[in-house]
Amino acid sequence: MPSLKSLSQKKELLSGGHRLCPGCGASIIVRQILLAAENPVVGCGATGCLEVATTIYPFTAWKIPWIHNAFENAASTLSGVEAAYCALKRKGEIKEEIKFIAFAGDGGTYDIGIQALSGAMERGHNLLYICYDNEAYMNTGIQRSSATPRGANTTTSPVGKATPIGKERERKDLVEIMVAHNSPYVAQASPAYYNDLMKKVQKALSIKGPTFINIISPCPRGWRYEPSQSIQIAKLAVTSGFWPLYEVENGKYKITYRPRKRVPLIEWFKSQGRFKHLLEEENKKIVEEMQRRVDEKEKILLARAGEKP
Amino acid sequence: MGKILGLTGDEVAAEVIRQINPDVMAAYPITPQTEIVQGVSQFVADGLMSTEMVRVESEHSAMSACVGASAAGARAMTATSANGLALMWEIVYIAASLRLPIVMPVVNRALSGPINIHCDHSDSMGARDSGWIQLYSENCQEIYDNIIQAVRIAESKEVLLPVMVTFDGFIISHAMERVEILDDEEVKNFVGKYKNPYPLLDISNPVTYGPLDLYDYYFEHKRQQVEAMERTPEVIQKVGEKFAKISGRSYDLIEGYKLEDTDLVVVAAGSTAGTIKEVVDELREEGVKAGLLKIRCFRPFPVREIKEALKKAKAVAVLDRSASFGAEGGPLFLEIRSSLFEEAKKIPVVNYIYGLGGRDISIKQIRSVYQNLQRIAQTKEVGKLVDYLGVRE
Repeated sequence: MPSLKSLSQKKELLSGGHRLCPGCGASIIVRQILLAAENPVVGCGATGCLEVATTIYPFTAWKIPWIHNAFENAASTLSGVEAAYCALKRKGEIKEEIKFIAFAGDGGTYDIGIQALSGAMERGHNLLYICYDNEAYMNTGIQRSSATPRGANTTTSPVGKATPIGKERERKDLVEIMVAHNSPYVAQASPAYYNDLMKKVQKALSIKGPTFINIISPCPRGWRYEPSQSIQIAKLAVTSGFWPLYEVENGKYKITYRPRKRVPLIEWFKSQGRFKHLLEEENKKIVEEMQRRVDEKEKILLARAGEKP
Repeated sequence: MGKILGLTGDEVAAEVIRQINPDVMAAYPITPQTEIVQGVSQFVADGLMSTEMVRVESEHSAMSACVGASAAGARAMTATSANGLALMWEIVYIAASLRLPIVMPVVNRALSGPINIHCDHSDSMGARDSGWIQLYSENCQEIYDNIIQAVRIAESKEVLLPVMVTFDGFIISHAMERVEILDDEEVKNFVGKYKNPYPLLDISNPVTYGPLDLYDYYFEHKRQQVEAMERTPEVIQKVGEKFAKISGRSYDLIEGYKLEDTDLVVVAAGSTAGTIKEVVDELREEGVKAGLLKIRCFRPFPVREIKEALKKAKAVAVLDRSASFGAEGGPLFLEIRSSLFEEAKKIPVVNYIYGLGGRDISIKQIRSVYQNLQRIAQTKEVGKLVDYLGVRE
């Protein structure tokens, strides 16, 4: 990996002046990814915060070729772009080595876009799909998605007398679903560990075939915390064991960063207003249950990676 | 020299797609379009085409991939029917608004529900406001000719709009007919090379496709889309003339059959036009001045040409192979009647809804339509404005 100093001298490909919120994880993630990419990149965005805030006509924040089609079809749209590239390259009309990256939120990936994503992964296009996972439909105002963790308060899984913990179901394990597609490279990353994130991007882009990286994207508005805390929270997601950093290369699991000492999950809950109600005495059992769940998942992951607990 | 083959409608479509050899074909099989996707897949497998075939998991992804490919700078095609068209609906509109010249054969099939695999025009008629050009084909030869011309029309720089080439499911898609096929080289030369003015893959000139377009610009962009449609009829006519030079078959926006001295005109689109021609010939022998106005181009709707073609008529019947629920008649009827509204001479126009879900239409039924037109012409009484052919009441 290049040093921070040399990265700071590299040309930024997402310009400032876009309208994402202060502290938004998405733009930090995009900048890290575009700094990591060594070849020219063509990007494709699903409808969502990142898309609406970076391309308000007649302006665009993107200094790379960029296409947005609709909400649920970033994977199939980019499939078409990549197919065109293959056809035109074969004809000799394009000479450059171009890389293709889709950017979609958890709504466009876990939910409405999962069919298109599944199709593209199975067909084997040469593209990298990035999910910036802020764990709810933030663009439309914090509605639950299948990436919303259990216990989160959202506008469609609100805390109420009848539903005291907010969202009742566990989140979907999309990384495992991608692994099940026999993708040559699937990983999970956090912008707080930029070296790890960028290495994963470089690896994904160097591998032929459809690759996928799930990146936690803290959202000050939706998660209810101070915008200055985004990176701290992205770090806490990892140190609490909520968001393990790992990769699966050709089916082989590897934990890429293991916190020396795991922080209790309650610290993760304390850091964000969306979990505020979990701190109440009557929800103590739920928190304990969720801690157990994280512990179990860690065990499974360690076993898969062949590491000692 | 070309050749003469016996091919079904779907086979013709596959054959002409082979000759066009688009850069990308992204398609999902659906009855009765399936044989097109199968045919093209086989051509690709046999090395007869260099097309990048994207076997998508749905029609929504088929159109999405076509949008991506076309924006990238490739010539992109797909094909579909009914529910497939409905599933890709959202992206059908986006393709037109991004001004991407995608060509898509639509094998007309009744839109569910209840589910039905046979012909009517409810699928493509439903998409009439999507911003796509629509060319209706009467028979296998017209499928061939229309698809070739569609490429030129779509990619013309005055137009840059996607084109649907429709033909009737099973009636034409699975019926074998005599078709004149041009040489591969001739087709290749006729369609030429697609040149996207702003290709996404031009990495030294990065462009953003599909931005958020709010109240300060959206309206102007829609107006530009309307203007592109307004420029289209002339392009369709010019391409038709050029095509006549290589094929000997000429095409216009509409086709009049024995209209010159006609009193009684039936208006129709698709394969039924062929059946009506038979009836017209029979009636002519009986001394009835019957004629047919066949609509080839439904979008843009050729108002001026239709007015001219119908100006001598004493009575007109419009045959619609789809219903517009809650409207006063079918979509073709509404447009024809509206076209004639400003004319000084009021021509009575009636509507028949027929053939829904593949219900056959007979010579006898068409004769009954002309009989009604005779009565209207004589009595000046329209009677029932909207009627149905071949339905059990």
